[in-house]
Amino acid sequence: MAEIRLKSLAHSYKSKPTSPDDYAIREMNHVWHQGGAYALLGPSGCGKSTLLNIISGLLAPSNGDVLFDGKKVNDIPPEERNIAQVFQFPVVYDSMTVFDNLAFPLRNMKISEDKVHSRVIEIAAVLELSDLLKNKAKNLTADEKQKVSMGRGLVRSDVSAILFDEPLTVIDPHLKWKLRRKLKQLHEQFNITMVYVTHDQLEASTFADKIAVMYGGQIVQFGTPRELFEKPNHAFVGYFIGSPGMNLIEVKKTKGGLKFNNTLVSLNPEMQAALDQVGTSNIKIGIRPEFVHVWDDKAEGAFECDVLHTEDLGTYKIITMKLDGEVLKVRIHEDRAVPTKKAYISFPEQWLKVYVDEYLVDIEEPEDEEKETV
Amino acid sequence: MQRKVRDNKAWFLVLPVFILVAFSAIVPIMTVVNYSVQDIFDQNTAYFVGAEWYREMLRNPALLDSLGRQFFFSFSVLAIEVPLGIAIALVMPTKGRMAAVSLILVAIPLLIPWNVVGTIWQIFSRADIGLFGYAVNALGIDYNYTSDPTAAWLTVLLMDVWHWTPLIALLCYSGLRAIPEAFYQAARIDRASKWAIFRHIQLPRLKSVLVIGVLLRFMDSFMIYTEPFVLTGGGPGNSTTFLSQALTQMAIGQFDIGPAAAFSLIYYLIVLLVCYAFFTAINQLDKAK
Repeated sequence: MAEIRLKSLAHSYKSKPTSPDDYAIREMNHVWHQGGAYALLGPSGCGKSTLLNIISGLLAPSNGDVLFDGKKVNDIPPEERNIAQVFQFPVVYDSMTVFDNLAFPLRNMKISEDKVHSRVIEIAAVLELSDLLKNKAKNLTADEKQKVSMGRGLVRSDVSAILFDEPLTVIDPHLKWKLRRKLKQLHEQFNITMVYVTHDQLEASTFADKIAVMYGGQIVQFGTPRELFEKPNHAFVGYFIGSPGMNLIEVKKTKGGLKFNNTLVSLNPEMQAALDQVGTSNIKIGIRPEFVHVWDDKAEGAFECDVLHTEDLGTYKIITMKLDGEVLKVRIHEDRAVPTKKAYISFPEQWLKVYVDEYLVDIEEPEDEEKETV
Repeated sequence: MQRKVRDNKAWFLVLPVFILVAFSAIVPIMTVVNYSVQDIFDQNTAYFVGAEWYREMLRNPALLDSLGRQFFFSFSVLAIEVPLGIAIALVMPTKGRMAAVSLILVAIPLLIPWNVVGTIWQIFSRADIGLFGYAVNALGIDYNYTSDPTAAWLTVLLMDVWHWTPLIALLCYSGLRAIPEAFYQAARIDRASKWAIFRHIQLPRLKSVLVIGVLLRFMDSFMIYTEPFVLTGGGPGNSTTFLSQALTQMAIGQFDIGPAAAFSLIYYLIVLLVCYAFFTAINQLDKAK
């Protein structure tokens, strides 16, 4: 059983980091609870693999601690950490059979051969590898190899967390969902903490109960897929999650609301009051393409836009519009008529988000759990 | 639908290659075959003798002796250089300035012309003025490669190991560098011992470079000429006379063109056969598992 806690953790690949930009992981505090299925989502180079390697012990953090169940493990090598890791490219021992591959970690632990045998048979059945046990690992397909590398983690009864580093990258698309479902099933069956690194939001949200979005070496939001979608805590989360991502427009504070070019977006009094406290000029408004309201005709308070083009994606359409020099994406249902040339849109107050210095201005409820992660 | 054309015109396309190969390989070899079945006295006098030279060569004790020596030499060389080369590749540094320095140091013997290698060891091992020979004698070991066959053998072997182990080491080094880091990381997490990592990750992935290395080293050592010729001249007596030197003596020293031609074809077939056997054995080994 393991709860993984990161305490004031930071990492730099340089020996003498001088600026915050030198850090691959900026100082963070984070908790992965026992038995959870988590995804670590972010673009290439955001530090997610670095973070994973620090948790597994392949990399020593330059600052801060990694705690397993409250016990500091910084100085414990990966082989003694009770974790397993599955890598981007399947790692199998080519010269061995599937059986020997699965038995390998157990034999290294000097476990008696009959126990090894029963455990390997059991795990092979779970992973649907039973028919392949006598085959050379070398001749397996990519997805079978990846199952074998997962299996080497699962056979060990001491493993309390499995870390996945983009495990489906080299798997054929039609097998991806199958393997992903298998993972989910394994998670339910084994009560193991799983952390899954990916840059694919779909992968993250189908696998994980909670997703940590990483950006620039930091976890900018930790929440359920729904929270990430409906209430992105950081402008990057808005942009990164969703297809297409959130529309973000740089705005200036002005009397009665926020302004870009000649367009004024009015705000409710609470928001207005909150923004009055703000000193910075880095303010953005964000609204998801799904939540932009498209009127059938001219309406009071609606903005007039030029329709640039439309993409029909089968179940929905994406309209690209220009509103006072800013390009917006709007997503509408397949059945709705597409406005030609001119469109009239408005931003429902509940879905219009304001970001100050990239972070959400949250006036609805007091901050609770985000506190822990940010 | 277009009807399939069935004729042999495609052969014309490969004809240029055939002509090239004919002139570079087939014609010279056939010349040798031609010599090997005739007894030639002078330019205008030659008699067809059939397989006579082959029969004679296969019974020639000098040739059989040097063939035995040759096999012993080649297998000794492989038995020493392959494990040693792997070991060197494993301990060579992989990062930083030391990696470059060690690569250059290891590669130096490969860059020296073969007759120079012979000369270096000829002087280096001399009991009177050579650093190595003198040092060994100073330790109280009687060592003189010009009079003692065992010493001569050891010196030739040592020279070849010095000259060619770097080839195996460099091949293995590049093979080791091609192993993704994730394999080592996974092995750590699987609690694999150093030996298990070598046995199950490194060695299997060195196989393809080792096949090349073993074949190259076998062919080269089986045809070795220059270095022992410079170092020992085949002596003392005939104790370090290998096949190609015996052949040269016969063909150029004694001008026995017919027997020498038969000899070189037998020699050629042996090299071909052993390489083929090696290659098939290794491939079979792969499939069997």
